Amino acid sequence: MTTAPEQAPLIEVRDIVKHFGSVIALSGVSLKVSAGEVLCLLGDNGAGKSTLIKTLSGCHKPSSGEFLVEGRPVAFSSPRDALDAGIATVYQDLAMIPLMSITRNFFMGREPIRGFGLLKWIDFDLAHAVTRDEMHRIGIDIRDPHQAVGTLSGGERQCVAIARAVYFGAKVLILDEPTSALGVAQTSMVLKYINLVRAKGLGVIFITHNVRHAYAVGDRFTVLNRGKTLGTYAKSGIAMDELQNLMAGGKELQAVSEELGGTV
Amino acid sequence: MTTSTADLAAGPSRSADPAAEARDERLRRVSLIARLMRRPELGAVAGLVLVTIFFALTANPAMFTLAGLMTVLSPAGQLGILAIAAALLMIGGEFDLSIGSMIAFAGLVFGALIVVGDLPLLAAIVATFVFAGLMGAVNGQIVIRTRLPSFIVTLAFLFILRGLSLVGLKWATGGSTQLRGIGDKAGEGLIRELFSGQALEPLFAWLAKADWIAKFPNGTPTVTGVPVSILWFLAIAALATYVLLRTRFGNWIFAAGGDPNAARNSGVPVNLVKTTLFVLTACAATLVAILTVLDAGSTDARRGFQKEFEAIIAAVIGGCLLTGGYGSAIGAFFGAIIFGMVSIGLTYTSFDSDWFQVFLGGMLLLAVLFNNYIRRKATGER
Repeated sequence: MTTAPEQAPLIEVRDIVKHFGSVIALSGVSLKVSAGEVLCLLGDNGAGKSTLIKTLSGCHKPSSGEFLVEGRPVAFSSPRDALDAGIATVYQDLAMIPLMSITRNFFMGREPIRGFGLLKWIDFDLAHAVTRDEMHRIGIDIRDPHQAVGTLSGGERQCVAIARAVYFGAKVLILDEPTSALGVAQTSMVLKYINLVRAKGLGVIFITHNVRHAYAVGDRFTVLNRGKTLGTYAKSGIAMDELQNLMAGGKELQAVSEELGGTV
Repeated sequence: MTTSTADLAAGPSRSADPAAEARDERLRRVSLIARLMRRPELGAVAGLVLVTIFFALTANPAMFTLAGLMTVLSPAGQLGILAIAAALLMIGGEFDLSIGSMIAFAGLVFGALIVVGDLPLLAAIVATFVFAGLMGAVNGQIVIRTRLPSFIVTLAFLFILRGLSLVGLKWATGGSTQLRGIGDKAGEGLIRELFSGQALEPLFAWLAKADWIAKFPNGTPTVTGVPVSILWFLAIAALATYVLLRTRFGNWIFAAGGDPNAARNSGVPVNLVKTTLFVLTACAATLVAILTVLDAGSTDARRGFQKEFEAIIAAVIGGCLLTGGYGSAIGAFFGAIIFGMVSIGLTYTSFDSDWFQVFLGGMLLLAVLFNNYIRRKATGER
């Protein structure tokens, strides 16, 4: 995997700090992601992953620190701002409605419109064609775009959510544990798609606590622990079990792991 | 396959196009039945067929003449206007239990504006709609801001508005619970024609002349026209179906009811959608109030009694889920017709018409079970 040339990273944060009252959720996190690169954000529960994502996607304002998008400092006040800057977040709940059709979900809130004045209708010909195309492109054969999203598998749903973000012009994709609830085949479907998105030149921030999944697609790995960055490593510079230990934040895990036969 | 984002196609897992196309065709053909099953109004259509067969076998054939049809459609029309609005609101994830009381209250406001306030008909109609719209907006805002279930908020308004109608009627009439003389003071004219009496009379006269429909020996048709409420019903059903299925606002209604958070995250103005739907239900109640008050010439405190339940039942028979996010306007249309058919149809049979309520409860239960089953089948919910 080659890393994109280090010109202006799509997103760069330096020493981001976020307090909630007396709780220090983030105490100096730095990371950057460039075009055509997958940055894996690793960390155990409570490491500050969620707060960091929410800060990057405009839900929270950082208490201090620098936040640059394509080299320019920004201050988002809502998720809408982040979206306009090309940062799309795919949350775990996916923002999809199971009873609605794939097309209706795909274009929810951004329906293509035809007609004039009061007489405006959704251009369903276009919407269905786009949906079918985009799904086809990632290897999901949807029988028909009227099909309810509830009939798709978890991995397929994840892919629809990612495809939606890509189609609507995201430059950076933040994926919040996209593989955490998926089986093996479904996970590989999602990982394959992340690969595809990178090939298209987008920057991806892939949040996970599964090192195996991270190692499969990641170019660089940033490990968070207790609200701090423990470090950022290129794939060539670190092995999978080193990463695992780093993420667990100590040697204890190794001991447990050996007890259990080395399979944690 | 000619969109601008074609560069993604360079991905690894791309099968040859012709083969994929062929497979696509085959799968689409198989899913035809599934697609039919996926229509939320399927249950209502099936129910209507069943009810029609039932009455065709048991009822006096007079029920299926043009005159009989009009008697069946009249109550269906009034209920249907409410049911369609209630259906949209239910799809949007909320209830309005106050619509029945709203009919009485809007009737009072309308009657008082004409009789006590001496307003011309058009001004009274506009003012009543504006007022009802405000009431609907208040309902909606309370539900949205407090995040209380709309069930409980509008239940409060069911009693508040019913009580206010009683108090207001006594005030307007000096002690009575019936306000008379609205019909006489409303006067005649085009506006009146829009909201009361019958329409399409020349058409029916012509049809009778051409011997297409039944007529009396003197040449006047047995059915002289269509009650305007039925035309309103048809127009509203068509408009609501179009809005729901073909417009952006319709998509937002489904989204707001399906999962408000997901909808918000995708940029759907959920609060605006819900408030608009509350305003629309209040306006539907007002329309029914004006139609019935102008036809009767008077209004009373019992007007619209229990209509909220009938409207919700018709909407549920029409395929709406109580949890929101699923349903159809045309289903509510059929639901209302089933309702009218059963309520009037029993008088054409030898059955005691008190069976109506039993029938109704049974229909409702069946519809809910059926909807639930179909939804799980069609959406593959796990």
